[in-house]
Amino acid sequence: MRPILPRLRTLPFQQAGGRRSSTFPPNARLNRPTDFSSTPLLCHTSQTALANPELPASARQSKTIRSNLFQSVNSALRHALSTDERVLVFGEDVAFGGVFRCSMNLATDFGSERVFNTPLSEQGIVGFAIGCAAEGMRPVAEIQFADYVYPAFDQFVNEAAKFRYRSGGTGMNCGGLVVRMPCGGVGHGALYHSQSPESLFTHVPGLKVVMPRCPIQAKGLLISAIECNDPVVFMEPKVLYRAAVEQVPAEPYAFPLSKAEIVKPGSDLSIISYGAPLYTCSAAIAAAENDLDIKVELIDMRTIYPWDRNTILESVRKTGRAIVVHESMFNAGVASEVAASIQEGALLRLEAPVKRITGWSTHTGLVYERFNIPDVARIYDAIKNTIEY
Amino acid sequence: MSLVRETRNLLLQAPLKPRAGLGWKGFAQCQIRRSSVSQRPGSDHVHFPGAVDSKFTTKLEFEKPSQKPAMPTYRILDQNGVIVDKSRPPLDVSDEEVLKWYNDMLTVSIMDLIMFDAQRQGRLSFYIVSAGEEGIAVGSSAALHPSDVIFAQYRETGVFKERGFTLDDFMNQLFANKKDVGHGRNMPVHYGSRKLNIHTISSPLATQIPQASGAAYAVKLQDLQNPDSPRRVVACYFGEGAASEGDFHAALNIAATRSCPVVFICRNNGYAISTPTLEQYRGDGIASRGVGYGIETVRVDGNDIFAVREATREARRLALEGGGKPVLLEAMSYRVSHHSTSDDSFAYRAKVEVEDWKRRDNPITRLRKWLEGKGLWDDEKEKDARSRVRKEVLAAFVRAEKEKRPPLGMMFEDVYEDMTAEAREQARLLREHIERYPDEYDVEEFEGGIRSLEK
Repeated sequence: MRPILPRLRTLPFQQAGGRRSSTFPPNARLNRPTDFSSTPLLCHTSQTALANPELPASARQSKTIRSNLFQSVNSALRHALSTDERVLVFGEDVAFGGVFRCSMNLATDFGSERVFNTPLSEQGIVGFAIGCAAEGMRPVAEIQFADYVYPAFDQFVNEAAKFRYRSGGTGMNCGGLVVRMPCGGVGHGALYHSQSPESLFTHVPGLKVVMPRCPIQAKGLLISAIECNDPVVFMEPKVLYRAAVEQVPAEPYAFPLSKAEIVKPGSDLSIISYGAPLYTCSAAIAAAENDLDIKVELIDMRTIYPWDRNTILESVRKTGRAIVVHESMFNAGVASEVAASIQEGALLRLEAPVKRITGWSTHTGLVYERFNIPDVARIYDAIKNTIEY
Repeated sequence: MSLVRETRNLLLQAPLKPRAGLGWKGFAQCQIRRSSVSQRPGSDHVHFPGAVDSKFTTKLEFEKPSQKPAMPTYRILDQNGVIVDKSRPPLDVSDEEVLKWYNDMLTVSIMDLIMFDAQRQGRLSFYIVSAGEEGIAVGSSAALHPSDVIFAQYRETGVFKERGFTLDDFMNQLFANKKDVGHGRNMPVHYGSRKLNIHTISSPLATQIPQASGAAYAVKLQDLQNPDSPRRVVACYFGEGAASEGDFHAALNIAATRSCPVVFICRNNGYAISTPTLEQYRGDGIASRGVGYGIETVRVDGNDIFAVREATREARRLALEGGGKPVLLEAMSYRVSHHSTSDDSFAYRAKVEVEDWKRRDNPITRLRKWLEGKGLWDDEKEKDARSRVRKEVLAAFVRAEKEKRPPLGMMFEDVYEDMTAEAREQARLLREHIERYPDEYDVEEFEGGIRSLEK
């Protein structure tokens, strides 16, 4: 996926009446592209990066490195490989750096015994990883796109998730297993390069499902995932690999799993989301707070299962209003679970129904993606409706 | 009592009558199966049910694949476009046909160059070229009957071209406009055509291979039920990387056991994105696996369109022999291009390796040499053909790029045969939302604006 210099010799005409792959309406106030250079979700200075209270003292005193998300994933893998000889990194095209560059230079630096290409077989990769983990290694397997994980479902659902349970008193388990996969829309991925199948994993007890929103989170959460003694599905929003750039602490650090984070405090409404839509939420919140004179709390679930009910229920008990946002489909999505838990745990505090702003109950057709994945205007509208309910 | 013996006794005790619905043919099969576990005294081979013709040996010897010779690669033309075996019967193909193949390959390669650059200009989101593999696609397609059903991967543009997909058909799909029969839903190069009996391409690798086995079974039963109709096969294309997926193995095995008339065509181009074949498998290519599944198999030089066409024609004939059976064809080539517009292959292979291959051999230049040898082609004709094809491609390009997108409502349709109440509600919500925020959406590029969202 390295950029290639254009060779435009075959086309006699340059961009003229042609259409671009993605467009933004000229008069749009809300549906503007995310400005990653100014979004409050990224730490643009070392100071803000190191002020994170979840960082251990060692990391807080360290330097920071300006990194994008694939570089911070690389940094976490590098840390794991260099401090724990049980760690292995493998998957399709991983040796040359992976199609999204997350494993760049790892094969050279740690050797092809520990960092290697596998044949093209997702069920093989995940089963192989489970076997490695069952015998005490810490495999970090990569599935090239989350859209291609389905052949491995038997291994995930019947094997990884049930390994500890069925082994009972033998104590055998496949902890240490991490399966990373890029997910989500980028604007032109269509049916098979846009999917966000987290709810298919969150339905299965035994698996931990994690999705980071930024480079700092990716590093801390991936290090935790590798240290975790339960199997972890680690989903990386691929639209952020290059776009999300921030100051990342150079020292290793681990962030807690199954702990949500209040990204922005507020008092009138809680928005609960994870991954890339947090940026859309943040932009919608900025516009709504300005227009409606309200304060919105934004919560990143980070671990989507088993998830942090307390943080979310506490927030909704405080604000009385909630919206859950995710990219994947509406039907039986993560938002359904969160909304149901909110009505169970905070019904008497609710001032409005819990809204779900998600992908529609359809597939992500190429030219329809921007109408399918939640945009700023849809989230803004939901905030307005929920406040005015 | 051992499990084997117990099973054997049970089988022997089974009543000797034909199984319902199987008739006497089915009965005979039962008989064979029953006798296969009994062993005569002094027999030189054991009749285990799982390997009925295996001879006893007292020598402990493991099969060593590395000591077996690699399967040969069938070719007709050498790299200079000259027929290797002078004693072979003459090529039974008309000059017009060969010139059509040449034109088809040339068209694919010219379209590839133009669309690759168009992607670089941001005019379409993605493209995949076929460079070096045009001969496999066009040559195999030319040997199939138009009524044969095809399942392709994504590097079979030449199959579509040979079967009659027009430049407008290609461009409408690539630009995802309202004339695209895929309704703008798929990534570029994911073509499909009911008219040409080619199923729409799906990005996941190898998923189409067991489907091809099933389709072949369907076609076989339908042709048995309609004995007057011409008999059909199913052809299925995939790469050597895809053959590592479980689906490949399932497909070959089920096709063999159900005697499905399917021709599996593996394009072995040496790379699965960055992964070279050495890291993909350790056996003798993909062909050796066909043998393992009891499938008739041939390996062919993918740069030799005559060899590909003849091997496919013979594979098709074999697939229809008797009650039908699968055949595996492995066509050898080299992926001269990057994997796709998202890939820069010089990050994992030397440029000189690619340049060497480009110089060494290529299906288009090899056929050109043959045509020149026959006096059917020359520099002048080449220049004219290239200029004509280029103009035709660009004209279709401009026509397609100008068209509107499909109606927005297509986003919700075809999930089910009938739209669900939930989907209709969502389409209405989307329409009302766009009406509330007209400046936030550009809907004019879609046919009918938001009107198609009315349900």
